[in-house]
Amino acid sequence: MDTSTALAQPARPPAGGGRNLHRFANPGQFLRIATRVLPWLAVPGLVLTLAGLTWGLFFAPADWQQGDAVRIMYVHVPAAWLASAGYAALAACSLASLVWRHPLADLAAFEIGPVGAGATALCLATGSLWGKPMWGAWWVWDARLTSVLVLFFLYLGHIALVRAFDDPTRGARAGAILALVGAVDLPIIKFSVAWWNTLHQPDSITLTGAPTMYIGMLWPLFVSALGMTLGFVAIVLARTCAAVMERRIRALLTARARQEADAA
Amino acid sequence: MTRKRRRLLLVLACGAGVATATGLGLSAFSDSVAFFVSPTEIAAKAPAPGRMLRLGGLVAAGSVHKTLIDGRPAATFSVTDGKTAVTVRYVGILPDLFREGQGVVAMGTLAADGSFRAQEVLAKHDETYMPKDVADALKKSGHWNPAEGPPPPAATWDTMAVKQAGG
Repeated sequence: MDTSTALAQPARPPAGGGRNLHRFANPGQFLRIATRVLPWLAVPGLVLTLAGLTWGLFFAPADWQQGDAVRIMYVHVPAAWLASAGYAALAACSLASLVWRHPLADLAAFEIGPVGAGATALCLATGSLWGKPMWGAWWVWDARLTSVLVLFFLYLGHIALVRAFDDPTRGARAGAILALVGAVDLPIIKFSVAWWNTLHQPDSITLTGAPTMYIGMLWPLFVSALGMTLGFVAIVLARTCAAVMERRIRALLTARARQEADAA
Repeated sequence: MTRKRRRLLLVLACGAGVATATGLGLSAFSDSVAFFVSPTEIAAKAPAPGRMLRLGGLVAAGSVHKTLIDGRPAATFSVTDGKTAVTVRYVGILPDLFREGQGVVAMGTLAADGSFRAQEVLAKHDETYMPKDVADALKKSGHWNPAEGPPPPAATWDTMAVKQAGG
């Protein structure tokens, strides 16, 4: 049993001892913390998402011009925020992986990809459903829509690339480079509506001015955004835990197969 | 210099390179990245006749004339950016959000007489999200006429009390 526990540890030992981020580099430590934190993210995430969406979809006032179509915003805007925030997290993990060789960063990047791609797909789909009745078009090639579509393809590319190598370390390295190069799309998405003429409206919520959204619509939006963010983090954390355990099981099975091969 | 530090500097240098290249590329192509041109831009630099382009701006108050041509709905209206206006002729169904004072984007060509022949008209929604009660209150008090353009500063209305219609 002692040998198998030792083998279940990652191939690369965490360097630097107990300093800064590497405290969390020990997968055992990570699993202990993550399993304790997970219910505190998942339950409030689910409750707040349901509360925010119920408030937004049934109780918030309709827009004077858009009518009930404005309610698509309570899904679309949090999904758009999460698509960008998820990619920023992916880029941060990639930096930690390339520079500090953080062993958990590779696993986290591996697991953020599909969740972020899901948020981006939700953002694009709901935007399209809103665009047809409001603008008169399902899709236009303006800077905001195009840059978000590029973000979706970056996610898909990352998902495919990290899974395309026999050696997972090489896949993680290639994926990290792609994720960091793709991070240049994030400021383009954010500022596209300010830099160029777009069909997409500019930001309603800014750091400098009063929000150009009625307060009774703003609150359900914030509740739903907070809930969906907690849910996003919970899903990524649960997937990363599963990946750590999967890695351990694989190490155990490999060790047993090797032992049997030696005995034979 | 440790290996970690060297890797960090390398990643930062590559990042600066990619960011600069993208920035230069986008600023060089900023004309094609823009989704539409304003009436003032058309007046300053007239596009070649027959070339497809998108014209964007607000529908000028009192400029909309709707008729029927061969049983199909047609409309003439002017698109303005506050300084210059261009007359747009369009045969087809206008989007639901089309009204005086609304932002629109029309795709088509500039005719010899300086008017714009649109083949497609899209409504552009602005960043304002306002319940009907608030819009009515602003209109009634004379603070805002939607036909004349965007609403007053958000701070004056975004916390206004409204009757909850219950959905």
